[in-house]
Parts: sequence; C-alpha cells; structure tokens
Amino acid sequence: MSATFDKVADIIAETCDIPRENIKPESHAINDLEIDSLDFLDIAFAIDKTFGIKLPLEQWTQEVNDGKATTEQYFVLNNLSQQIDKLIAAKGA
Amino acid sequence: MRLEYFQMIDRVVALDVEARSVRTLCRVPQASTIFEGHFPNYPLLPGVLQIECMAQTVGWLVMARSGFSVMPFLAAVKDAKFRAAVAPGDELEFEGCVVHEGSGFSVGECKGRRAGKAICEAQILYRIMQFPNSEFRQAMFERAEELKLPLQEFSK
Repeated sequence: MSATFDKVADIIAETCDIPRENIKPESHAINDLEIDSLDFLDIAFAIDKTFGIKLPLEQWTQEVNDGKATTEQYFVLNNLSQQIDKLIAAKGA
Repeated sequence: MRLEYFQMIDRVVALDVEARSVRTLCRVPQASTIFEGHFPNYPLLPGVLQIECMAQTVGWLVMARSGFSVMPFLAAVKDAKFRAAVAPGDELEFEGCVVHEGSGFSVGECKGRRAGKAICEAQILYRIMQFPNSEFRQAMFERAEELKLPLQEFSK
C-alpha cells in the first residue's frame, strides 16, 4: 500500500466516520463506502490541503458524464491515490 | 438588513480580491416578524441567521474572485459558535476570508463582531456553480450595486 493511499484512507476515515479497517485500496468511494458528493467535497478539501494540490473534480465529473472515463478510474481509492501522485509530480515538475 | 428577504448585509465596506478578504456591515432591524417567535417579548437574532450573514459576507468575496461568473451555494457549516446574544438595533460587522478554492467548491471563514467584540464565527463550505439563469445573475448584480460593491473592478 502506498503512503498516499494511507493518508487518503486516514482522511476518509476521519471525515466520514468510516472505520479505517473498512477502507481498502480497492474500495470505491461512492459504491462501496457510500460517500456522497457533499462529503467528497470535504475529502477533497482535506486532500488539497494535505498534498498541496487541487483535485480536478469538475474535470473528472465532466469526463464521467461524457462517457470518456469511468468512476472507477477516479474514485477507486488505489486509482485516486495514483491520480494524487500524478498531481504532486506535476506540481514539482 | 431585511430579514424576511434574506438581505442580511447592508454594505460591503471592504473587499480585497488579492488578499481574499472582505468586510461587511449591517444593522439588525428594530422590528421583524421573526422576533415575534424568536422570542416572544425577548427578541433575538437567531443563530441560523447569523450564519447566513457570514455566508453572504464571504459569498460576495467568492463571487468577486470569480469575476462574478459563478454563484456560491451554501453547502456546509463547521465550527459555528455564537458567543453573545444579538438584539434588534445592534450594529454588526463581519470579516471574512477565502481559505481554499478547490475544483467546484470554496471554503471560507468568517467572524462577526459588535462594537469590536466577537459574537459569532464559522467555517463555511460553498458549492460553486454556474448561475442557473441570466435573470438570477442580473439580480445578484443589482444587489451588489445596492451593497456598494465596486462591480466594474471585478466583472468579467
């Protein structure tokens, strides 16, 4: 498990009051953890602050709505963590 | 302040887009139907309406920072505190700031004071959305003019 995933899981556990042991890399934030859009804004705020990035939620939502991406690409936590790592790398480039 | 119309702010006295800060003033009206129930023979400005004062204060800043191109909708309130009773005739000052601008949301903080003493505070999260129609946007422009917001500085 990546350090990024661990931090994201901690944020979700604290923000949404979900037991930490229930949050796994393969968990889908919406389908498995039942996180709604308002709680996800809180999570995004915490992720933005923790990693010094800006999660492109509007772009991701648009891509999903347009059928250009699946929710799994962005909201399965392992994939979300990889997206965060990319954003961190892009920031430092 | 016109409580029945949810016009909580009387005037935006300072708004600094770069510094992400805003200051507003308002005066609690002497009479309102709200005071008939809250409370009979002991009128107090409800805490929920103090939250609305704070939400509108920072909301104007959020709009100004976007060039009045988007509308912030109240989505969450955290750590709200009400430190003193607020009564008809009280002159209130609200100071707010934007602490984070995410993708599709903004987070602000605001404090209310009366004669320099803290009365309330909260962290406020807004969903940022397009104006649902042009009439709504125009109404917000007109309200901004009433509040003495220097629109020409911010409008895109």
